[in-house]
Amino acid sequence: MSWLIALITAAVVTGAPLLFGTVGEILSEKSGNLNLGVEGMMFMGGAVGLGAAFYYEKAVGAAASGPLAVLLAILAAFVAGALGALIYAFLTITLRANQNVTGLALAIFGTGVGQYIGELMRVKEGGFVAVSNELKTYFQNSPFPKALQDIPVVGGLVFSYNVFVYLGIIVAVLMGLYLNRTRSGLYLRAVGESPATADAAGINVGRYKYLSTIIGGGISAVGGMVYIMTTAGCVWNHEGLSGEGWLAVALVIFCLWSPYRALWGSVLFGGLMILYLRLVLPFFPTQLYKILPYVVTVIVLILTSMRNNREKQPPASLGLAYFREER
Amino acid sequence: MHTSEHKTPLIRLAKREQMSPAAQWGIRIAAILLALVVGGLVIAISGSNPIAGYKTIVVGSLGKTSAFRQTVKNFIPLLGTALAIAPCFKMRFWNIGAEGQITAGAMCATYFALFWADQLPKVPLLLVMFVAGAIGGGLWALIPAFFKAKWGTNETLFTLMMNYIIIGFVKYLQGGPWEKMPRGSQQIAQFDSNACLPKVGGVYCGWIIVLILVFLMFWYMKYTKQGYEIAVVGESENTARYAGMNVPFIIMRTMFISGAISGVVGFMLASGANNTLYDGVAAGVGFTAITVAWLAQLNPFAMVGISAILAILEKGADSLQTEMQVPASISDIITGVLLFFMLGCEFFINYRLIFAGSGKKQENKKEVGA
Amino acid sequence: MSGLEQVSAIRLQGITKRFGPVVANDGINLEVERGQILSLLGENGSGKTTLMNMISGIYFPDDGEIFVGGRKVTIRSPKDAFDLGIGMIHQHFKLVDVFTAAENIVLGLDGKGKFDKKAVAAKVREISERYGFDIDPDKKIYDMSVSEKQTVEIVKVLYRGADILILDEPTAVLTPQETDKLFAVLRNMKADGKAIVIITHKLHEVMAISDKVAVLRKGKYIGTVNTAETNPQALTEMMVGRAVSLNIDRPEAKYRDLRLEVKGLTCRSLEGVKTLDDVGFQAFGGEILGIAGIAGSGQKELLEAIAGLQKAETGSVLYYPPHPNSEIAGYHVPVDRNGEELLGKTPSQIQKIGVNLSFVPEDRLGMGLVGSMGMVDNMMLKTYKEHKGPMVDRKPPKALAQRLIQELEIVTPGVSTPVRRLSGGNVQKVLVGREIDSNPTVLMTAYPVRGLDINSSYTIYRLLNEQKMKGVAVVLVGEDLDVLLELCDRILVLCGGKVSGIVDGRTATKEEVGLYMTRVGGGKEEA
Repeated sequence: MSWLIALITAAVVTGAPLLFGTVGEILSEKSGNLNLGVEGMMFMGGAVGLGAAFYYEKAVGAAASGPLAVLLAILAAFVAGALGALIYAFLTITLRANQNVTGLALAIFGTGVGQYIGELMRVKEGGFVAVSNELKTYFQNSPFPKALQDIPVVGGLVFSYNVFVYLGIIVAVLMGLYLNRTRSGLYLRAVGESPATADAAGINVGRYKYLSTIIGGGISAVGGMVYIMTTAGCVWNHEGLSGEGWLAVALVIFCLWSPYRALWGSVLFGGLMILYLRLVLPFFPTQLYKILPYVVTVIVLILTSMRNNREKQPPASLGLAYFREER
Repeated sequence: MHTSEHKTPLIRLAKREQMSPAAQWGIRIAAILLALVVGGLVIAISGSNPIAGYKTIVVGSLGKTSAFRQTVKNFIPLLGTALAIAPCFKMRFWNIGAEGQITAGAMCATYFALFWADQLPKVPLLLVMFVAGAIGGGLWALIPAFFKAKWGTNETLFTLMMNYIIIGFVKYLQGGPWEKMPRGSQQIAQFDSNACLPKVGGVYCGWIIVLILVFLMFWYMKYTKQGYEIAVVGESENTARYAGMNVPFIIMRTMFISGAISGVVGFMLASGANNTLYDGVAAGVGFTAITVAWLAQLNPFAMVGISAILAILEKGADSLQTEMQVPASISDIITGVLLFFMLGCEFFINYRLIFAGSGKKQENKKEVGA
Repeated sequence: MSGLEQVSAIRLQGITKRFGPVVANDGINLEVERGQILSLLGENGSGKTTLMNMISGIYFPDDGEIFVGGRKVTIRSPKDAFDLGIGMIHQHFKLVDVFTAAENIVLGLDGKGKFDKKAVAAKVREISERYGFDIDPDKKIYDMSVSEKQTVEIVKVLYRGADILILDEPTAVLTPQETDKLFAVLRNMKADGKAIVIITHKLHEVMAISDKVAVLRKGKYIGTVNTAETNPQALTEMMVGRAVSLNIDRPEAKYRDLRLEVKGLTCRSLEGVKTLDDVGFQAFGGEILGIAGIAGSGQKELLEAIAGLQKAETGSVLYYPPHPNSEIAGYHVPVDRNGEELLGKTPSQIQKIGVNLSFVPEDRLGMGLVGSMGMVDNMMLKTYKEHKGPMVDRKPPKALAQRLIQELEIVTPGVSTPVRRLSGGNVQKVLVGREIDSNPTVLMTAYPVRGLDINSSYTIYRLLNEQKMKGVAVVLVGEDLDVLLELCDRILVLCGGKVSGIVDGRTATKEEVGLYMTRVGGGKEEA
């Protein structure tokens, strides 16, 4: 039992960066923009987010406020990701470039920018960029009082996580509410399903696409920061966050473009990423656990195309540019 | 049903008739130059003189024989994979799974390198590895193609996922069944010299293979029946059916060929470049090559040029790091900027901006309603 | 109705619209009152939709005035039209498939924050009850029949407060029962004081639903009559006009032998609507069989089913080889396949058994040709496999392209210029030229002269006649009755996917064909 609780709590923490990455990408894809640059944006968010916390602490020294550092890291990561997404949006929406190729270019560019900033900081700061241990606790420890965390079972399952887990859940739920319950969310989905129909109904297709891609990119990038500040231990290492962004793209498909499903999907994927440490099966090599998220995603993809359930399909115009004069 | 069009906007767009090829390449070259200017700014930000920086890149990649050889090593897989992707993209099948197809090919070739090297002489062994690489990559590509042809499964997402499955599998082999003795290194043993591609001019002979492939692919796309079918399917499946073509079969065949070429690239990387297999054998080439193929307008000869530029950047950035302490990842940034500018410039090749007040032509073109 | 003043809801005066040299609407006058239904009647291409598009703000008139409620207005955009209470229901629905009816109805309306499903649903129900719609606000569009989708479109317009409704061929996609239901709703709306314009070309519907009928012909306003004071005969005459002499040849072929026998052919669209319903006829070599009908009566499906491009539900298409003495007799291997079934075969299978069937589809650049390729590559579209080996042989297609340029006077910068960049007439010559060159025994063409200038049109007529004289069975889907009557030996008329009549092209009159075109239900199976 305690083994299972430990596994679940670890899965939730590992899944948190994915949750941000996925929810951001869902927003973008719901507007019809398949932004494959998630990995790049998360890299940018990771490096810039760490940088923001690090330089803030360096500037104010011991007086550094933990909550403010967290906030700065979030803001910086968001802006970095949003800027990356802005490039993508400008190229694909205004200049009508191919979405796949532009997304891959952004992945390359963003990875480069992230690595570059990370390396540059390392070189400038003498080989090591990490925030102090005091500050670290604000990023990695639970914001709830010790008493709550110590409640048996519930304490571990509900109150033990770092602040980003709770923030991620809030963002995902808000995103779900926005997409499903508001008019603006409805119009956004209409843009992703059938831009021509939305356009004819007087919806500003370009504005919706721009905003959702940029905000989505920002949210995804926060996920990169969360990865660096939690899983990677608040320090820039050369590996960066290899593959986290691609996993987020997979999770978007796995949870069939629903932020609610992303909640448990991220825990599942997070669990699969760490399961090899905790569960050894005699007939299944532990190293293969890490490909399971991709395998189940492929299966989901195949099943949805075979079953042809109209509800669980990608947004109908995903990946396609919209030109009014060619309708 | 309420749009606010028709209040003639300030700027309107119209498709261009067709630009002369010279003007097209003029715009593209201008975009490359602009991208280099922006890249120069990035170099400047990191505290170095941009001109000196570019000089270091060029000298560092082409100046010395050893450097030049490394540049060629970067160039081979990039060009080979771009060539592999071309037929898919021509068919409007968005295969972004070259990364995985390379890995699959490398894995299958490695099997023979590891377990057959002592039983076969060099040439047959290499041939077997070549074929194994081709079949491995081809089959890995055939899976998403089959589902696309049969159920219309989204190929972009499918091929993307396939990358990580095979990479993860190779990682498992690397730390498991194929790990070299004594265990614990998480590495596969270096290939027997029998299983290594011979060098020609200091670099493994893959460069000859890809250069031959340039002509082969040009010929295939332009002069063969299959190339013709690919072009027709890409343009309009309706027309293809009208002409009596078997569209699902063409999709699968083309993907197999594309995957096979990527697989051969994987074989060359394992056998020629690394003399071993590891999970990062493709190292992002599969993705970069997609942009190469697209920017070259799927023209094999243009791919040679674009691959060369990117290979030079990549190698040059290493020199930049050692000589000027600029992080080598700057090559990814400049590559990204270059891609952005080239992607963006296509717009100005395909569209014309019309400013308000220059006639009502657009309206007159609309069809007479019934 | 008695309480309403007799102020016109909408009045058009001298509306003119030109598209380049073509005058789509020429000085049109029209008036609809509140509580009145006006039918706008005319053949394809008579300018009905163009006119309505000007009222709904999609086009802007070159000349003329529009009055709404007696006040002169300018309508520059669909939004302007809405603000004036004008709503148009287009033929092609603009709906998001995965949304519910209610979600589609509120799409694009101002209104911030939460999407109050209940409030919307209540208002939708209220509208439905008032006019007798049957609509479930929570039903998804993809679960709906065509008629339900249309209902959503109508409610969408009413929800926005429209009191002038324009319906563009609303019954084209409906079954007779659904049409009755729609008409009941329209009558309720009429009683509620709405002004309704319904575009149609089905005469019995005009008679059944409208108070007044306005007739357009080739862009000109012919007149408005009260429905009660007219009859289908008179309306047909107004609609098609008197026959015009075009001087198209109609030679007699030496042989006239059975080539195609179509029996009981039935096809369904993806939505499950019957597009062809028990169609049967014979086509003869040495004859041009015209196919007339209002657009969308099943012409496209008929040709595609014969060509192996469309699945048929039931029926058969039997093929008979040409007369052994005719000029085209040798074109077949083997020649003794009497009554070969074509249905269920793909185009390449049909080709393989030696049946040379040429097809000039309606969608020239989207189906018949590859727009981005030059003439040479387009010439070999159907023949590229014939050459042995893996390579394509571009010599024969190149020679063919050059020959066609000479013979048909095709204007092109070169044989490798993408055909998309040629003018419409030249594109068609490329396509027809290729199809004829393959030595067909059956030549099917759909709207072969649409969009072509006079000279190109006559070239096409000449080519069709040449084929007929060789003994080819020519099937010609056309829209201009004058042309069909001068060119064809027999004319088959389709109406709603059924054969409503087959007439002799030499003796039939325009009125006769016009009546068959607008009459619902089957007719004589064979002439």
